[in-house]
Amino acid sequence: MAKKFTLEEFLDLLKKYNVEEIEGVKIEGDLEIEFEGSAIDLSAIAPLYSMLSEFGNFLYHANMALGYLQRLSAALGIPTPFVAQPTAPAPTAPAPEAAPLEEIRIPQEITKAKFELYKEEYPGKIEEVVLGATKADGGSREYTLTLGGQKSLAFYTFDAPQPHLPAIAIDVFDRRPMLAKAVRMHYEDVVDDPAEWAKKCVKKFGADLVTLHLISTDPLLDDTPASEAVKVLEDVLQAVKCPIIVGGSGNKEKDPEVLEKAAEVAEGERIMLASATLDMDWERIANAAKKYGHVVLSWTQMDINNQKTLNRYLLKRVEVPRNSIVMDPTTAALGYGLDYAFTNMERIRISGLKGDTDLNFPISSGTTNAWGAREAWMIDSPIEEDTPWGPRELRGPIWEIITGLTLSLAGVDLFMMMHPIAVAVLKEVFNTLGGKVSGAVADPGEWMFMEV
Amino acid sequence: MKVKSPLEVYNYLPRTNCGECGFDTCMSFAAHVLDRSVSVLDCKPLVEDAQKDAKVKKKLDELLELTAPEIAEVVVGVGDSAVKIGGEEVLHRHELTFFNPTAFFYDVWDTMEDKAIEERCDRLVSYRKFYVGNFLTLDGFAVRCTSGDPKRYREVVKKVASYGKPLILVALDPECMKAALEEIAEQRPLMYAATEGNWKEFLKLALDYKVPVTIRAKDLDMLKSLAVTFKQAGVKDIVLDPVTEPLGEGLKGTFERVIQLRRTAIAGQDKDVAYPIMVTPIAAWLIDGDEVSKAYWEAVIASMFIVKYGDIMIFRSLDQHVVMPTITLRFNIYTDPRTPVQVEPGLKPINDPSPDDPVFITTNFALTYYTVESDLTSGGIKGWLLVLNTEGLGVEVSVAGGQFTASKVKELIEETKIEEKVNHKYLVIPGLAARLQGAIEDETGWNVLVGPMDSGRIKGWLEKNWPPK
Repeated sequence: MAKKFTLEEFLDLLKKYNVEEIEGVKIEGDLEIEFEGSAIDLSAIAPLYSMLSEFGNFLYHANMALGYLQRLSAALGIPTPFVAQPTAPAPTAPAPEAAPLEEIRIPQEITKAKFELYKEEYPGKIEEVVLGATKADGGSREYTLTLGGQKSLAFYTFDAPQPHLPAIAIDVFDRRPMLAKAVRMHYEDVVDDPAEWAKKCVKKFGADLVTLHLISTDPLLDDTPASEAVKVLEDVLQAVKCPIIVGGSGNKEKDPEVLEKAAEVAEGERIMLASATLDMDWERIANAAKKYGHVVLSWTQMDINNQKTLNRYLLKRVEVPRNSIVMDPTTAALGYGLDYAFTNMERIRISGLKGDTDLNFPISSGTTNAWGAREAWMIDSPIEEDTPWGPRELRGPIWEIITGLTLSLAGVDLFMMMHPIAVAVLKEVFNTLGGKVSGAVADPGEWMFMEV
Repeated sequence: MKVKSPLEVYNYLPRTNCGECGFDTCMSFAAHVLDRSVSVLDCKPLVEDAQKDAKVKKKLDELLELTAPEIAEVVVGVGDSAVKIGGEEVLHRHELTFFNPTAFFYDVWDTMEDKAIEERCDRLVSYRKFYVGNFLTLDGFAVRCTSGDPKRYREVVKKVASYGKPLILVALDPECMKAALEEIAEQRPLMYAATEGNWKEFLKLALDYKVPVTIRAKDLDMLKSLAVTFKQAGVKDIVLDPVTEPLGEGLKGTFERVIQLRRTAIAGQDKDVAYPIMVTPIAAWLIDGDEVSKAYWEAVIASMFIVKYGDIMIFRSLDQHVVMPTITLRFNIYTDPRTPVQVEPGLKPINDPSPDDPVFITTNFALTYYTVESDLTSGGIKGWLLVLNTEGLGVEVSVAGGQFTASKVKELIEETKIEEKVNHKYLVIPGLAARLQGAIEDETGWNVLVGPMDSGRIKGWLEKNWPPK
């Protein structure tokens, strides 16, 4: 059998061969047919046969097919005649599994094999959204930040370069919020002065940008009028020169008015309005963003379909430009629904990369939510049988770090955080996975022998 | 697995619809084989026939191969404490689910004082963290040979093995490894590690002692070559370690190698690298810095690879700021996304309550429910816990999303007949549902008290607020 076939030819041959042999035979029960003296189990052919007819999936199944072919050709007594077709990975020679195990033979040399890596290319691209505007663009920010632009999964720079690493915003509030002790201690000196607070976030804690939450506007708290509340925004815009995000109080009735006013006073600065949701007047917020050239945060409650719906409303009904939408699909803390948040975001990101233009926007995460987990702030476990939880000053920041790290792997582009150590560690993680940290330890195997 | 449709499995089954497996039809059984909720071996008639008939046996073996997971499964240890690793089918958990949670092993070394070894082992085996109705625990020990002395290593391995957890034997020297295997091979430890330097001796040990082996190489061509060599020689239980580098470009390279290995195995269908992956967060302790920084970085490395394809890990830190976040993340990532984590709605009496005791309400999201239930139970609080069907959503999300409403609370009160069981009309709602207070009062006619934001504080809250004035 000197002639070499391509895989395709071989499949064709077998297809013809099978059809001839199987035709007229009903496949039911434990049927076997005799073929040149050897028994062939029809059930072994059936899956191959149905697979052959699914020829469209052929490439994906190429390796699988090779396995079948090898077994089948052996069963039929046909010498294995194929060479791999160029697009399919080369089949490895069947290991001599059948060799009796008793005869242990240690080979003299390593069997050389080449690792042929699998590459993934997506047709889509995540939109690039710029936050902040410099003087040249009619604003007063010293720099801008760009989110998005990926053509691959997060940090998969071996598939495609990642043009922008995730950005980190630190939360600032316009009145004293409820904060875990481990967080509060870092802001004690500035909690009554949002402008100073913002400065500290940028200068001391390295925030890329600042989120100002106008929670005092909540009718159940101070009910500060919108026009009054946005004065704080003006102060913050004066105090720091980074891009700014503005949030309301979460009150569905009041927020549209507050955010509209914020959009007006920050005209030209390209702030992000946080946020528009399906159960409020999203149209008013989106219109304000459009009118004053800002970005709108499209926030849904962990539901990919609702996220699609809201994005589509913003795009189609309000005609918000594609470069002015960021999504918040909701962040749940480590241990408190993080799996839902992670998978929801990962699905959204993969859909966007696969070409769903309702979902290919940068993603934002309210990572500060991690502090809602009792493991982050409680002095010790309320469960008596638990191993003691250890110092909470150490538990809290790592809870925020791991919540953020996990979601960064799902594709989050913008993190809203609070604990300075968590901010610093996550930045290091992003820089490392983004290829911006050089160096490595000399011998990564040294841990095997260390005597400490 | 290789088969993609139930029909392909069905063709191998007896097709008698005998129902012994618990499903009405063989087709239904076949569908469950496909989603991995049952194994082919759960078809008793098929297994029994295979014992009698060589042809059936051949068929069964073929079916087992066709339904084998994409990534090989490897068992470390024996008996109840054994851990199974690998067995993955997909690259993203929403495509099916991830199987066999990352196994956590913690290091012990043989030049430690005996007393220190005992303390560390005690600490590991007694570790417990309550979560969603269960206690999470740690899996095993990685015993490192730092003495270079086979006798001492054997002694320490024996001591650590007596704690009943699975072991990873960390030694590059074949003599030391052999000494340990002589002692505990039948407990199925995982060898760590065969390398380009020692592979011949380690291959022989793996075959002689029939134990799983880790192959370690940073170069993926070499890693694959060694895996092929071992497989051809008859070793089935292989774990791949593409070398964890703890920082900088090294860590980025590790991230890339781990992902490439898994993706090439699953999407690229390369069976020669379709094995469980070992990651060693303990390498974080090679970085300069203080203890907390190293511990944090260890948690960071571990978390990265709990999300991305690490099947088994060796750790250093047993401190809670490393263990608690990683063990929780492991649970989250390996939770089956196909089954919503819900409990039955209804009424749950806590600690044998009387008609005077308070009535609480929470959601049927398993995590919320078990948290509240365990806080009440372990806090010795007597009370009646109403569990509202919020479609498996937590309090905050269901209040915002409209699954936690006053009218649903009213229905639940009626269905459970709680009014007949207590002699008051006070309902304690979660702090996170505070805004429903008025609506629930209007709808039900009960007095609604707003409880604390976290159920861990119910005890203190009751001291001030119960009985109501």
